[in-house]
Amino acid sequence: MLVEILVIGKLGNTITKTQRQKNMTPLLEVKNLTKNYGRFTAVDRVSFGIRQGTCLGLLGPNGAGKTTTIEVIEDIIPPTSGEILYRGQPRGDSYRDKIGILFQQTALLSFLTVYETMQTFKSLYHDCADMQKLIDMCQLTDFLHQYNDRISGGQRQRFMLALALINQPDLVFLDEPSTGLDPQARRNLWDIVEAIKAEGRTLVLTTHNMEEAQQLCDEIAIMDYGRVIATGTPEELIRRHCGGVTVVLPSRNLDALKFRPSDRHQLLQNRVEIMTDDLNGCVTELIAQNINLEDMTVRSPNLEDVFLKLTGRHLRE
Amino acid sequence: MQFKRLWTLFVARNREFFRDRAAFGWNFMFPFLIVAGFGIIFGGDRYTEFKVGVFPVETESVTVNMLEIPERFARTNYIQFVGFATADEAFNKLRNHKVDFLVQLGPSPHNYWLNETAPKGYILEKIFRDSLIPKELSLPVIRHEVSGREVRYIDWLFPGILAMNMMFSALWGVGYVVVRYRKNGVLKRLKATPLTALEYLSAQMLSRIFLLMFTLTVVWIGCDLIFSFHVEGSYANLALVFLFGSLSLTSLGLVLASRGTSEEFATGVLNFISWPMMFLSEVWFSLEGAPGWVRGFAEIFPLTHLLRAVRKIMNDGAGLFDVGPELMILALMTVGCLAIGASLFSWNR
Repeated sequence: MLVEILVIGKLGNTITKTQRQKNMTPLLEVKNLTKNYGRFTAVDRVSFGIRQGTCLGLLGPNGAGKTTTIEVIEDIIPPTSGEILYRGQPRGDSYRDKIGILFQQTALLSFLTVYETMQTFKSLYHDCADMQKLIDMCQLTDFLHQYNDRISGGQRQRFMLALALINQPDLVFLDEPSTGLDPQARRNLWDIVEAIKAEGRTLVLTTHNMEEAQQLCDEIAIMDYGRVIATGTPEELIRRHCGGVTVVLPSRNLDALKFRPSDRHQLLQNRVEIMTDDLNGCVTELIAQNINLEDMTVRSPNLEDVFLKLTGRHLRE
Repeated sequence: MQFKRLWTLFVARNREFFRDRAAFGWNFMFPFLIVAGFGIIFGGDRYTEFKVGVFPVETESVTVNMLEIPERFARTNYIQFVGFATADEAFNKLRNHKVDFLVQLGPSPHNYWLNETAPKGYILEKIFRDSLIPKELSLPVIRHEVSGREVRYIDWLFPGILAMNMMFSALWGVGYVVVRYRKNGVLKRLKATPLTALEYLSAQMLSRIFLLMFTLTVVWIGCDLIFSFHVEGSYANLALVFLFGSLSLTSLGLVLASRGTSEEFATGVLNFISWPMMFLSEVWFSLEGAPGWVRGFAEIFPLTHLLRAVRKIMNDGAGLFDVGPELMILALMTVGCLAIGASLFSWNR
């Protein structure tokens, strides 16, 4: 008799043991994926796996190869070499029926309403989601009968998300879904993505927004110059690359400041950041040097610290 | 191939066309305006082919019977006389080809001027000199007229304008639109679905053919109400020929749409193909007497065969068997273009 152990997940959704075991098998495996454009290598021997029911975040600076990687996995562009396995098998004809995509940049047929566009896309698939449920989840009711090129940025992203879900996909790709959205629209979109996760779907998300990655992703892969340079959960990455806390001091009157060898530091335009594993020792040292601590702040490291540490601070574009 | 997917895209594309009021309206207005314009120009008895300047005359507008020039020349049809006050003004107009021929008013001997290299001037000189010879001294000739129903110029021109509209609509409506879709990511979004290239291209083609035939029917009925065109042959045969023509032109559009993301480049290629096709396929004028290589070159255009077949049916009363060679060529062109278009087609390059 199968004993089902209930595990309360990160977001409070309920997952059974059988589901958890299923989650251990990668839904998608990427092995040594390379994509060249002439002599330029956009993606260089990238490998990773995505477990079912999780959200993988692909982070990286502009031009790191995120979108190329995701578009090769989506079967939009062919790889130069490497292997992509879906449920342990090479992607077949039915693969496109199983995936949903929200592209970074796309357009739709003109002079169709949001509803007509959804009906059109629905007819292109074998299995389709309940339209009303999708309309409610993505909050499309208010602009359902407007032409699809006459809606706001936030409405458009929710609509594009609905299109990505119209075939009830197992695997959903979201390529920079919140770029260009205001804070309200962004948080609203995150709520919808959380709801999609709660349904047990697997997500691949590319983003520049570290807060978004930290909030939505179970696993992170950081890319730079076409390669994956770090992987892990957000917590693991922070612990591994930016342990301790960051002490931030305004840069005025710090000319005489001496740093302890055990602490890492960086001098920025108007502040100094000291990364330390020993907050008490660090503060004691600052007091000993008569540093004014009035405007001092202490914060825990986050994904942005990891990202900047691994990819550097210099501009890429 | 799934018919459901094909039908879905067919409907979506037609909705796009019918709801884009500017493009929709222009597709009907363009041929109608051209036919109406030419009907007005060539339909009445005020049409003139030659312009003859006369001087010295105080007003530009002159009355023929007031002119002191040979009477037979003054009464020649298709000549418009334009008056000039001074010789200098008249010479300037002739030099710049504003008029084809120049006559000084006054008694015999008559003075006239022409541009040595202007064909119309050459013809007018012949007419002018002939008008000076007394009738009794003319060489004996016997005049005959062709029997049967008169084919008006507008009857000859009308199918050309309809076919030209069909050509532009097919090439630009498919070639340009698909390149635009590729550039702005519509094709990429469709590629992410189970839709196949064959289904997509078939839907594009069927939609365009439907729209072409619909436009053709509406424009034909609208123009016929005004100009009462005479069709010597069968309307059903005419419709079949136009259908074959729209198939071949749309499939040519698919070849042009198969690759590329640059609308500017697509525009250049479309102009490069559509303009020679328009001029060499006898839309506006006949190629009778043109050099052999020009007439041979014109054979590569589907519009040439479409128009030849349409005019055979409309003006000569030809049956389906008579236009068999043209239909065969159009069918072969369709198959060839479809094969090339399908093999070259890319969703995102």
